[in-house]
Amino acid sequence: MVSSSDSLGNGFEPKILVFACNWCSYAGADLAGVSRLQMPPNCRVVRVMCSARVRPEFVITALSKGLDGVLVLGCHPGDCHYSEGNYFTRRRGLLLRKLLEYVGIEPERFQVRWVSASEGAKFAETVERVTEQIRALGPNRPRSEVLPTEPGDK
Amino acid sequence: MPKTRVGVFVCHCGNNIGGVVRVPDVVEYARTLPNVTYAEDNLYTCSEEGLSSIKDQIAKEGLNRIVVASCTPRTHEPLFKKACEEAGLNKYLFEFVNIREHCSWVHMHDPAMATQKAKELVRMGVAKAVHLEPQEEFESDVFPAALVIGGGVAGMSAALALANQGIQVHLVEREQELGGLIRGVQTLFPTEQDTDELLRPLAERVKAHPQISVFLGSEVESVSGFIGDFDVSVRTDGEVEGLRVGTIVVATGAEELKPVGLYRYGELPNVVTQLEFEEQFKSGGDVPRSVAIINCVGARIPQRTYCGRFCCATAIKNAIWMMERDPEARVYVLHRDVMAYGVEIEEFYQRAMELGVRFLRYDVESPPEVLGEDRAKAVKVQHQLMGKEVTLPVDMVVLTTPLVARDDNGKLSKMLKVPLGSEGFFLEAHLKLRPIEFSTDGVYVCGAARYPSNIPESVSQAYAAAAKASIPIREGLVRVEAITAVCDERTCSACGNCVEACPFGAVELQQGRFGRTAYVNTALCKGCGCCVAACPSGAMQQRGFSDRQVLSMIGALAEVMTGGVE
Repeated sequence: MVSSSDSLGNGFEPKILVFACNWCSYAGADLAGVSRLQMPPNCRVVRVMCSARVRPEFVITALSKGLDGVLVLGCHPGDCHYSEGNYFTRRRGLLLRKLLEYVGIEPERFQVRWVSASEGAKFAETVERVTEQIRALGPNRPRSEVLPTEPGDK
Repeated sequence: MPKTRVGVFVCHCGNNIGGVVRVPDVVEYARTLPNVTYAEDNLYTCSEEGLSSIKDQIAKEGLNRIVVASCTPRTHEPLFKKACEEAGLNKYLFEFVNIREHCSWVHMHDPAMATQKAKELVRMGVAKAVHLEPQEEFESDVFPAALVIGGGVAGMSAALALANQGIQVHLVEREQELGGLIRGVQTLFPTEQDTDELLRPLAERVKAHPQISVFLGSEVESVSGFIGDFDVSVRTDGEVEGLRVGTIVVATGAEELKPVGLYRYGELPNVVTQLEFEEQFKSGGDVPRSVAIINCVGARIPQRTYCGRFCCATAIKNAIWMMERDPEARVYVLHRDVMAYGVEIEEFYQRAMELGVRFLRYDVESPPEVLGEDRAKAVKVQHQLMGKEVTLPVDMVVLTTPLVARDDNGKLSKMLKVPLGSEGFFLEAHLKLRPIEFSTDGVYVCGAARYPSNIPESVSQAYAAAAKASIPIREGLVRVEAITAVCDERTCSACGNCVEACPFGAVELQQGRFGRTAYVNTALCKGCGCCVAACPSGAMQQRGFSDRQVLSMIGALAEVMTGGVE
């Protein structure tokens, strides 16, 4: 297994998967870009319509395949474009962290945060902080021996 | 010819992407990816040239998946999808990769890592594109009526613009009278026209218009539905009326900041705001001889960083008004900068100076001080140009404060599912490209609800919002983006989790070909994917965001780390 390190060989740089909801957080990420807020290049954003689309399986698959962290971003509670999607996200998130802990994955590798469409600066700060936290945890190890790595063909 | 043929178009966006990300390297990399049969770079993929190239290569290379790596899908996605459609490719076979907002613009000092990140994002986009499927859009009718919330100048202008096209308009105003905030204003700058001369005929035209029903003393209590078919409850004196509309215009305006605690406002009776000053003299009364106007009160400070935009013009207007009534009057405008933008207001500013209004610049670090025991008697200020402290005897102090967002914006924003900005004003879909639209289809904004705006600006925005709000109504039907949920009846176990998870009541258990299974009503589904994530068997999927598509993106990213690929 190749341990996670950046392509330039400058020591450990975590690779973090980010799910951002279309209405708030993806727009917040765009605003960070428009505002030219500089941030660590570790995050890869996947757009979903609502943070509640993030099936726990996505997080488990990402971590079991060796990605160093997963960050789920949604609208602030009460501001969900779909009324209550982010409440699902919050409840699932709490449960999922417990599950991760149980199977021996540092729960800090999975985080849920709220970023609104006007919070470009908060997006940048969140990326910065979460990258820092996950960098401090060190590389995640792929866990194909523990969890299935192949996505179920549905 | 392989079945799946992905074409990748990587945009330089002039220097915006190409100045940081090594675009040719990304193109080279794309060519190595599974299923990619064609890749090129474009100076601007969104240009006529770029779009033609997409269309040409679909024909020439037989591409059946298109990936564009450029800016955010929130602005240009429809453009690229249209190009695909014009080339005969179903537009749902298009995937957008954001390497500008999410890459080049935020990693400007790290071209190597930005390039690496762009490659990985393209890899993920291609992985998803392979699993995209053609989709048909659902069409639904648009109810031919519009709701305008707010009966100020913006709301009334929007209502008239809609009604004059023959569209039925419901105009809801919380006060007992139409007119909004400027009812209290005596004259308007820079024409110095009496406010009532503008307001009265406007309100009369609105009230007399056969296509407009006006609800006074009323508030919107709830909104449900979506573009084309909103159900709205309006409460008037305890009575609730239900309305059905196709589109909604938000024109709820803003409030003048009451600067309690600043310059002894609220403590001394002759320290007032601009609006209070105007209200006081609108009904007559002796104008004081010596007045200090303090600008930028509660604006352009760390807690409220924005400029009120037209408060300088208001201060100039009221200063001129006083000087014209009494040429012997002493009117001082204490300012930080004079924002007299545009031709008319600059001339207006010049006239104020010619009339003898004195403009004194103060420093935000040493603001003016209001002196006096039970009344303001003088204002002490560090005169920045003279470099010394001066004390101005005054009969009255007028504080120029910015408009601030209304407290109940939050309530309305939740009802309409539209966002607010950090200052509490309504936030448009895009500052430059979609200034009067929300990202939620069918809802539009105009006037001071979005940001402090003067009368000409409010009217222009109102016409723009009305024009936008009329389009779906004129077309008569809207297409719903095919990102709705769909259930595979063969694998559904009818557990009902999806029914519980759906915020819109769009999922039901029904008897079908494979027994009792979940069924999605596409007309009600908004495409959030809540039900998909709740489905234990994976029978429920979301078009364009299926498990397979998302997991393939995750897999593509993981391969970069573990698969020994670059």
